[in-house]
Amino acid sequence: MAVIHDVMPAFELFQPESTADAVALLGRYSPDAWVMAGGMDSFDWLKDRIKRPSVVIDLSRVAELRGIKERDGGLEMGAATTLTEIVRNPQVREKFGILAEAAELVASPQIRNQGTVGGNVSQDTRCWYYRAGWSCYRAGGNICYADTPTAVNREHAILGADRCVAVNPSDTAPALVALDAQMVIRSARGERVVEAEDFFIGPGTDITRMTVLAPDELLTAIRIPATWAGAVFYFEKVRDRNVWDFPLLNVASATSYAGGRIERIRMVVNAAAARPLRLHAVEAAVVGQPRSEETAERAGQIAIEGAQALRYNAYKVPLMRNLVKRAIRGNGDT
Amino acid sequence: MDFVKWGLNPWGESILTHVSWTLFWASLVAGLMFLVAHGSYMLLSAHRKRPATETDRLEATFASLPERIERHSLMARLFHWVMAASMFVLLFTAFLPVAGVKFPWVTWHWVAGLVLTGSIVFHIVHASVWLDFWSIWVGPKDMPELKAELMRELGREVPGPKSGKYPLGNRLYHTAIVVTALGAATTGVLMMSRVRTPIFTRNPYLLSDATWGVTYVAHGLAGVALVGLVIAHVYFAIRPEKWWITKGMILGWITRRQYLEHHEPERWRVTANPPAGRP
Repeated sequence: MAVIHDVMPAFELFQPESTADAVALLGRYSPDAWVMAGGMDSFDWLKDRIKRPSVVIDLSRVAELRGIKERDGGLEMGAATTLTEIVRNPQVREKFGILAEAAELVASPQIRNQGTVGGNVSQDTRCWYYRAGWSCYRAGGNICYADTPTAVNREHAILGADRCVAVNPSDTAPALVALDAQMVIRSARGERVVEAEDFFIGPGTDITRMTVLAPDELLTAIRIPATWAGAVFYFEKVRDRNVWDFPLLNVASATSYAGGRIERIRMVVNAAAARPLRLHAVEAAVVGQPRSEETAERAGQIAIEGAQALRYNAYKVPLMRNLVKRAIRGNGDT
Repeated sequence: MDFVKWGLNPWGESILTHVSWTLFWASLVAGLMFLVAHGSYMLLSAHRKRPATETDRLEATFASLPERIERHSLMARLFHWVMAASMFVLLFTAFLPVAGVKFPWVTWHWVAGLVLTGSIVFHIVHASVWLDFWSIWVGPKDMPELKAELMRELGREVPGPKSGKYPLGNRLYHTAIVVTALGAATTGVLMMSRVRTPIFTRNPYLLSDATWGVTYVAHGLAGVALVGLVIAHVYFAIRPEKWWITKGMILGWITRRQYLEHHEPERWRVTANPPAGRP
């Protein structure tokens, strides 16, 4: 197992003061460059000496990557906006409360003060076999140590596994997918905007990455359209302890009702797979249905179709079913 | 440049993991360079064709043969095209992600791999029981033909034996494809025990870490070799002077003149009426 060392291996540190400079540095030094925002994921990797980049690009001095502003009735957040800033932002709380709620459930106050929303959605999986530095699929090898007969895999995937069974540990990611957010990505080649749902990728698509971000690309902003502003939201995170822990599962939903029935809904579960899973089948099944126990029951059953438990994570199947049921039941808001 | 990738297993042992994908690019470039080099040579060289009068004379001698000579049975052609389709799916699903086109490729890959493996097994049985098994292989008996072919390529007017049912280049290519495709298929079937399929029960411990490493490297080497081999195959299939062979693989027959021009009747014996009931 990896041992936390006090001293990181040497690397060349760049602290650009503009996005353009950061992107230029990435263009010059990728794939050997490591982008660091709040450092909450980076320092683990660097101190464990599992990742040994020759260059680290520290974004903490890039002011334009921080802050939240209104955009076309929605919001645009700089990728380096801290989770605490998101939690405290009045516009986020008023229009997109689910994001504030999800951000507030991340780790601990100290980590939220330092951690950024861009880092939270781009962080690597917490699979300890992978983070221990073994040559698993995700690290470029040819085996998943978490999917062997004797593996300890309580936190691993029940859906979407493809050789690798690691899960995405983000709390804000499912909320952003539920809000139909867009990720703004820049590189020396220009800017592209990717739907949050498509930003995250599973091991079948690329087993060594969790997002579409190429080594020379930088997530610069996250846009939340006005589409779901003021909708009825539900977010719930289940974890082993009430603070400073990654989700065993979380669920995020945005719903609008008409005449007592579900008019529109987006529902997303995370930590069940390597990417936040939007539950399209559940959404299709509950639209037009009343918010009732029967609808919730049906939604829960549909959600877990195809789930495949590993040795120690069978509990996730009923947990996911129940979280989806609870999301349909909601908090009593309409 | 690394040709293979190494990793560490949980016991701290250094193990092979994969071939370096640099080899894919090397095979791709080598295949394309061969294509350019051969194309240029064919344009500029003084290679010799057999004189038409020789074929005219043979046509008069073998006038009793049918106008159309059966070259490949329907089953043989079906095998070839199923194998070709599965090979393309295998190569594209394996190497498009390496080239940067990301998509969920694994299921497509192993399904195509099973189709290829099944068609190879079918082909081995079919060729052993119903076809002239040895007609596709090369051996010492082919040395005179090889020498004559080389002389003609170098611009010399030489007599010499023509090929049997399969031209020498065809047989050499078949040998190369047998080695690489069997290597890829054998290792691929083993590797299926590491992915979730409805066919096999996953067993990552089927082999030791070191043996798995060798298996993955062998699979990768066969795969990158197939890139160059398939490029060469497609290139020759569409070359004008080889088109009659490709057409034969589509239609199943060649003309009597093509038969006499390119084949040695003594080495590929054709009867006036092909045996009935042949698969």
